[in-house]
Amino acid sequence: MAELTATIQLKRGDFTVDLVLRCPVGITCVMGPSGSGKSTILGILSGLTLPTSGRVALGDTVWLDRAKGINVPVHQRRLSYVFQSLALFPHMTALHNVEYGMQQVPKAEREDKAKALLDRVGVGHLANRRPRTFSGGEAQRVALARALARQPELILLDEPFSALDRDLRAQLITLVRELVPELGVPLIHVTHSVAEARQLADQIVRIDRGRVVATGKPAEVLAGVTTLEE
Amino acid sequence: MNWAPLVLSLEVALLSMVLALVVGVAFAVMLDAKWMIGRDFFEALVCAPLVLPPTVLGYYLLVTLGTDSAIGRAWESLTGTTIVFSFTGAVIAAAVGSLPLVVRSARVGLEAVDPSYVNAARTLGASPARVLFTVVLPLAAPGIYAGAMLAFARALGDYGITQMVAGQMINGTETASIHVMNALYGGNEVGARNMSIVMTIVGVTMLTLSNRWLRRVNPRG
Repeated sequence: MAELTATIQLKRGDFTVDLVLRCPVGITCVMGPSGSGKSTILGILSGLTLPTSGRVALGDTVWLDRAKGINVPVHQRRLSYVFQSLALFPHMTALHNVEYGMQQVPKAEREDKAKALLDRVGVGHLANRRPRTFSGGEAQRVALARALARQPELILLDEPFSALDRDLRAQLITLVRELVPELGVPLIHVTHSVAEARQLADQIVRIDRGRVVATGKPAEVLAGVTTLEE
Repeated sequence: MNWAPLVLSLEVALLSMVLALVVGVAFAVMLDAKWMIGRDFFEALVCAPLVLPPTVLGYYLLVTLGTDSAIGRAWESLTGTTIVFSFTGAVIAAAVGSLPLVVRSARVGLEAVDPSYVNAARTLGASPARVLFTVVLPLAAPGIYAGAMLAFARALGDYGITQMVAGQMINGTETASIHVMNALYGGNEVGARNMSIVMTIVGVTMLTLSNRWLRRVNPRG
């Protein structure tokens, strides 16, 4: 599986992002205080936000190269994005939410595979229920199952655990840690929680005001750090 | 009591609602595109029936769809009938009158759709058309249903444009609103009163039922 490389420059009024990212297979936690550009980076990697200039590539596949006029549409980039709001479709059941990203799977197999994924993340019993009936933790699990259903080559998580209590957060962190090696793809997890980053990350990228200030193993980058300055 | 005008009005209202719904939702989707050039002008044009007198709209339709117009001649050569002074003309007239109500309601529905659902669908590999039909329109459904209801009610009570484009009689029958006017000026006050009461009951009942149904089918329910 491929490494993600990105060179990004974005200027919007006073706000600028100017950084280089290398995310190998495994979990990269992008950390920084609010307004440091964390979610903007995910927007650019996914194709939802167009940078002023830059290049985004997954292995040999170039998704964006502004200098060469390349910009692969969002729906053609093989990635999954778990939003902070989760964005589970409210008019679909959990099963249909998971099946939504399974266009590459033959129709006859989708339901069984979606059910298996819901079982895998521990919410098989919710298959025929709609998101408004889910608890916070259940919704997170369904969102994870939906993200995995796409068989992505890159996974983006935008602070999906921020609204959960400590126990639920720990359970989901364990689940993500179990799932990522099975997938063998880069996973970029945006967070401002130092504890979460320590538990999850293979690599930490600390950013501030749109620039990378430190990159490395959690033990190196987060040595002595207990909280990020907001 | 003569029920034929009411039946004709319900037929015209139903078909014109379907027509206004298809065209109106398509316009609303187009107008939702921020990049559209001349968006404000186009929206004003689509919503002009709200501010123009029925006689003016009727005049435009007669000129556009009449037997001397290109559309009118093409329709006549295809079907052997005319658009104006016919059932088809009544349906089109009522649809044009109710189009702005559908467009405005559908736009409210579309604007209420949280962009994060659209972004989620895109990142899950859905093409723009799939996003529209499987996420945006189902989530905008309350606004679209409301527009359909208003279109039906507006078409049921249409008088001016229908009379200009379809005339007093369609296949020998008046619509209910024209029947009330003809009965009143023909000295048949009882007939005018009865039809008015029946139309009020039918209109209010249908809107009440639609409101209940709308609450049940709300996708966010």
